[in-house]
Amino acid sequence: MTQVNRIGRGQVDFTKTLKFSFDGKSYTGHPGDTLASALLANGVRLMGRSFKYHRPRGPLSAGSEEPNALVELRGGARQEPNTRATTVELFDGLLAKSQNRLGSLKFDLLSINDRFSNFLTAGFYYKTFMWPAAFWEKFYEPIIRNAAGLGSLSLKDDPDVYDKGFLHCDLLIIGAGPAGLSAALTAGRAGADVILADEDFRMGGRLNSETFAIGDASGADWAAAAVAELASLPNVRLMPRTTVIGAFDHGIYGAVERVSDHIHTPDAGKPRQVLWRIYTKQTVLAAGAIERPIAFENNDRPGIMLASALRTYANRFAVAADRRVAIFTNNDDGHRTASDLHARGVKVVAVIDTRAEAPRSMDYEVLHGQVIDTKGRLGLTFAEVKLADGSMRTLDCGALGLSGGWNPNVHLTCHQRGRPTWNPDLAAFVPGTDLPPGMTVAGAAQGDLSTAGALAGGAKAARAVLGLKGRMPVLPEAEDAPVNITPFWYVEGCSRAWLDQQNDVTVKDVKLSHQEGFRSVEHLKRYTTLGMATDQGKTSNMGGLAIMAELAGKAIPEVGTTIFRPPYTPTAIGVLAGRHRGQEFHPKRLTPSHKWAEEQGAVFVEVGNWLRAQWFPKPGETHWRESVDREVLATRKSVGVCDVTTLGKVDVQGTDAAAFLNKIYCNGFAKLAVGKTRYGLMLREDGIAMDDGTAARLAEDHFVVTTTTANALPVYRHMEFVRQCLCPDMDVQLISTTEAWAQYAVAGPNSRKLLEKIVDQDISNEAFPFMACANITICGGLRARLFRISFSGELAYEIAVPMAYGDALMRKIMEVGAEFDVTPYGTEALGVMRIEKGHAAGNELNGTTTAQNLGMGRMISSLKDCIGKTLSQREGLNADGDLRQVGIRPVDPNDPVPAGAHLMNADGPIDAAHDQGYATSACYSPNLGHAIAIGFLKNGSDRMGERMRLVSPLTKVQVDVEITSAHFIDPEGERLRA
Amino acid sequence: MIIDHPLLGPRDSAEFTYMGDARLIDRPDPDAETAAQDFYEYGYLRGNPAGWHDELWFHEAGDRSWLVVTRNTLTHEISKVQLARDVARSRGRSK
Repeated sequence: MTQVNRIGRGQVDFTKTLKFSFDGKSYTGHPGDTLASALLANGVRLMGRSFKYHRPRGPLSAGSEEPNALVELRGGARQEPNTRATTVELFDGLLAKSQNRLGSLKFDLLSINDRFSNFLTAGFYYKTFMWPAAFWEKFYEPIIRNAAGLGSLSLKDDPDVYDKGFLHCDLLIIGAGPAGLSAALTAGRAGADVILADEDFRMGGRLNSETFAIGDASGADWAAAAVAELASLPNVRLMPRTTVIGAFDHGIYGAVERVSDHIHTPDAGKPRQVLWRIYTKQTVLAAGAIERPIAFENNDRPGIMLASALRTYANRFAVAADRRVAIFTNNDDGHRTASDLHARGVKVVAVIDTRAEAPRSMDYEVLHGQVIDTKGRLGLTFAEVKLADGSMRTLDCGALGLSGGWNPNVHLTCHQRGRPTWNPDLAAFVPGTDLPPGMTVAGAAQGDLSTAGALAGGAKAARAVLGLKGRMPVLPEAEDAPVNITPFWYVEGCSRAWLDQQNDVTVKDVKLSHQEGFRSVEHLKRYTTLGMATDQGKTSNMGGLAIMAELAGKAIPEVGTTIFRPPYTPTAIGVLAGRHRGQEFHPKRLTPSHKWAEEQGAVFVEVGNWLRAQWFPKPGETHWRESVDREVLATRKSVGVCDVTTLGKVDVQGTDAAAFLNKIYCNGFAKLAVGKTRYGLMLREDGIAMDDGTAARLAEDHFVVTTTTANALPVYRHMEFVRQCLCPDMDVQLISTTEAWAQYAVAGPNSRKLLEKIVDQDISNEAFPFMACANITICGGLRARLFRISFSGELAYEIAVPMAYGDALMRKIMEVGAEFDVTPYGTEALGVMRIEKGHAAGNELNGTTTAQNLGMGRMISSLKDCIGKTLSQREGLNADGDLRQVGIRPVDPNDPVPAGAHLMNADGPIDAAHDQGYATSACYSPNLGHAIAIGFLKNGSDRMGERMRLVSPLTKVQVDVEITSAHFIDPEGERLRA
Repeated sequence: MIIDHPLLGPRDSAEFTYMGDARLIDRPDPDAETAAQDFYEYGYLRGNPAGWHDELWFHEAGDRSWLVVTRNTLTHEISKVQLARDVARSRGRSK
């Protein structure tokens, strides 16, 4: 059986044959086919199972509005669920599978659901699965997930690349049908920068599906000629296979270009899809119209589709959905399908028209009546017709075209809360007046449903938005038939008549929802799930609205529509993510010593965007603690070196620099001597601690401020806010120099001896005491900065050189430090040493703690104003019994002290009401030989030596601990000053 | 959205960081008798109108200017963009 349903010629290339497979069976098609047209050509009508009842389904449409024919494409890691067979461009070797079935497509075991349909009505989930609650997770949900699904994911990494791009133009035209092409020709010939985007792979829109002539040519030939002319214009960019998915603010449009979806594997270096952000001054929306079906009993059998889709399959793809076809219509357009099919030799069994004054035909029978039911288990075989005189007819047909009128495609006109308005002549919603700024609508999307109307509308729209003067050019002659329609939505008395075929919502469900009191259209949508499937109800919403209006005794415009939201068609997460995945999820910042650290076999950790060395394992070390303990002990014994470049650095210059620091830090800086460094604590305006760091005064009007790694950006933003918005006349300039200077901490009793080997000047304790800073030179003239500051609690320095010398300096330090066994240490050892020293870091400056909590309340200068000062004095932040930073040690040195655990009194209940505080940072101290922690404790400073319990009920840990000073090592600071 | 930067011309809003009500420029006088109440209102009682609103935007991926953007929060229409420093000066802020 090969392509039994091909009829005549179309816009497919019969000179080439493509092989493809569907559910494991091989078929052939031709270039220009979609998967759906090729399957229909091969006599395959059944393409899927419905979501809830697992009813057999075939395509309803021939476009992106398709609710039914959802298939899984490709295999392996490229497997892609829920693609619409009606838009999938056929290629050689295409693999497709049906989905949402248990067993085979023809014998779906879950079609049993259809028998229980009385129980699976609107609100079924809300009503049924309410109780008992515990059943949800273990019972209902797995069953529902298994039974009611769409396609499946491969769960493998997508091997293809998705890109993002930016385009700018004078005029974006959405849709390349007669209106869009006419607008593009007008604007392109006038020299405007034009982008013409169309979701189809062949531009021309309905012209490709119709038999109308435009001038002397067929519509399809005219479209091809127009596209060829546009392609020759350098100012026009044609974007086929590109769906404009959203109209965003200020003339920004999102568009997905399917670059490689139509080939087996993307060409080398080519992306699969591109997400374009299009910036345009003006937009002409020429998105056309979508035909709507009519609801009647069992109107969802494979073979029943939109009449316009039958026409598209016949005229464009040279495919008859079946050799015997009937049409059910309420308007003149349905008759077009009948005459086109008849002309192609397809037997038109009858046209059933709901109107008494239907056009007559010599070629086929026209019946005044309604289709009231159908038969055919896996596809349509018979249609039951009730004639206006009450008599019944049974029609033997394998396809039935439905024509309920056309809905202008107003979707994108509503993306900024625009509301469509009702046009009674068309019995449809048309774009309202509140369009996105810069948007003009033309052609069928505007309600001009004739070809002549579309050509004129497109040209006029382009002329208007570009301000073109002069006479309107003469347009070619084209079909200009009026729309004759009598609204007809559903057949009286039907119940299991499908409105939303993808979500299995029937006329009965809409009635039930009305009966149960859901009167708002938004409630109807959510209760019945009408229009909530991946097709967003493009073919179903109007039917639901009309029935709802009738039941409520209202006019359709009074009921209104639900809100249309982007994206216009389902969009893959992959293209939204673009290149931002895996390693490239966010930018990666490397420290200056990164290459060197890699050579040492360092283990790295992500800190913000930075990759920092976490520890440096040595041969034989099998556990991270071994490495970290060694690094800590070696540093405290002799000397260690650590890359601290990631700390934020802000250069502050100007005659008001000191006054500015007084403003942003709670402690004073005005009197800091040149050549000295001071610790600074920054508050938020609400009095909570924001960040800490050091400020080094290199000159009277020049400071270098450091921030924590994590807060480098927000602190800099805050400093600019204070400078520009609060103190606009201060003479002070800021610049971030984080990436300008490579900076290393050199810590340990031998740090001075090491540095003396490379620093060009005297750095003895007398010449360069604790907290000194200076511009210096090293290695015989290289400019550098030296700060005698310490995070580890040891005699320590931080030395900075211009970034380009960072790698060389690290190697030099290691070289000259060899005689002291200099040890590189990572962020873990850094953390251990600062906890041993009781220095606060991110865990303590956690956005809930005040200077008082941190034991630094007295640092807030009483002599000056600073950000956060007033509110830091609030009563609530200064209550008796406030948290204070303390040290925590286990009574039994073998016990752990987990961070995050809470402190409870030695006796009494363990519950939130008796909570005394919590541990913020914990580690094993190799110097003390047991675990330690710092944390916050109510009245902590007055409770030194107290025995408490540290508990973590979640992890079932309870440890007896003793409260100590947070300064476990060198509490007097003698090492710092050595 | 597109923000028409007074110095740099139209820029995509993705280049900016948002902070909210531009009345944050009007930091109260810490020496006033009513300073505690003033700062409480300044910190916690900010406008969030459905309609026209003066907002602070920081050109973080650009020239680091703080801007006051007058934007309609219902339609996202932007009617005016000023340098926050100029606004601050016009409201009497100095050092």
